[in-house]
Amino acid sequence: MTKNWWKILASVLVLYSIITGLLFEVPHLPVLHETIRNLYFHVPMWFTMIILYLISVIYSIKYLSSGNEEHDLLAVESVNAGVIFGFLGLFTGMVWANFTWGDPWPNDPKLNSAAISTLMYLAYLVLRNSLEEEQKRARISAIYNIFAFPVMIVLLFILPRLTDSLHPGNGGNPGFGGYDLDNNMRLVFYPACIGWILIGVWVATLRFRIRKLENKQLSN
Amino acid sequence: MKISTIFILSLLLLVQNVMAQNNAPVEMANAMRDSGKIYVVVAVMSIVFIGLIVYLFTIDKRVKKIEKGN
Repeated sequence: MTKNWWKILASVLVLYSIITGLLFEVPHLPVLHETIRNLYFHVPMWFTMIILYLISVIYSIKYLSSGNEEHDLLAVESVNAGVIFGFLGLFTGMVWANFTWGDPWPNDPKLNSAAISTLMYLAYLVLRNSLEEEQKRARISAIYNIFAFPVMIVLLFILPRLTDSLHPGNGGNPGFGGYDLDNNMRLVFYPACIGWILIGVWVATLRFRIRKLENKQLSN
Repeated sequence: MKISTIFILSLLLLVQNVMAQNNAPVEMANAMRDSGKIYVVVAVMSIVFIGLIVYLFTIDKRVKKIEKGN
């Protein structure tokens, strides 16, 4: 139980964000109305995905210097878990966009970038599956991962800012810090992000542990 | 009139009576009914989330058990 405190913390934080996220007072804004509460559930998906990809790229670099197979496994399973959160982010965003921007896919640069970066990480998983030899697979996919991560950051955070975008904080729109995130919302939003990130890490470690057991069984 | 038709008519009257009663505001001391019933949604989402977390914990436990077995 002593090692599980962060899993309990994650559960409590997200549960807190579900309850307070629906009940706390939010700013009354046109177009958004009550859907502003989606911020507590849609945005943490993306933050979790980015943190998981970051963990993955760190372990890819570690693998290249150490050659330790476990580092490679951690890198893959982080991406596997990150892709799930990426898809959750895409789907929740499509529902939200449908009711506020009037179209599930309004060809916003941020949406297209998110789709491209998700495809990029799917390509990483396909690339791994297409290579038979283990060490070669680990090294090639680690290098791919190191290139994919900065491209993902550019796609998600830099390119949408250079053009007009519907997302806040992009293309001249004021960002989170502006009028649409008051102190009341911060009380819910930050715990939600931390909670979901921890849950994402938890899922990734579970996948990693199962994969390790599978490998052990195969070698026996 | 046949007995059955009388029966049906009286049943219809009864139903109407009940429906008329429903139109009157019924005060219930139930917090779940307050303010657009948002608390119900909170309860449902909490149950879904708690269920998923319990499920994750059981997977965690099972993996730990297998890890110890090896």
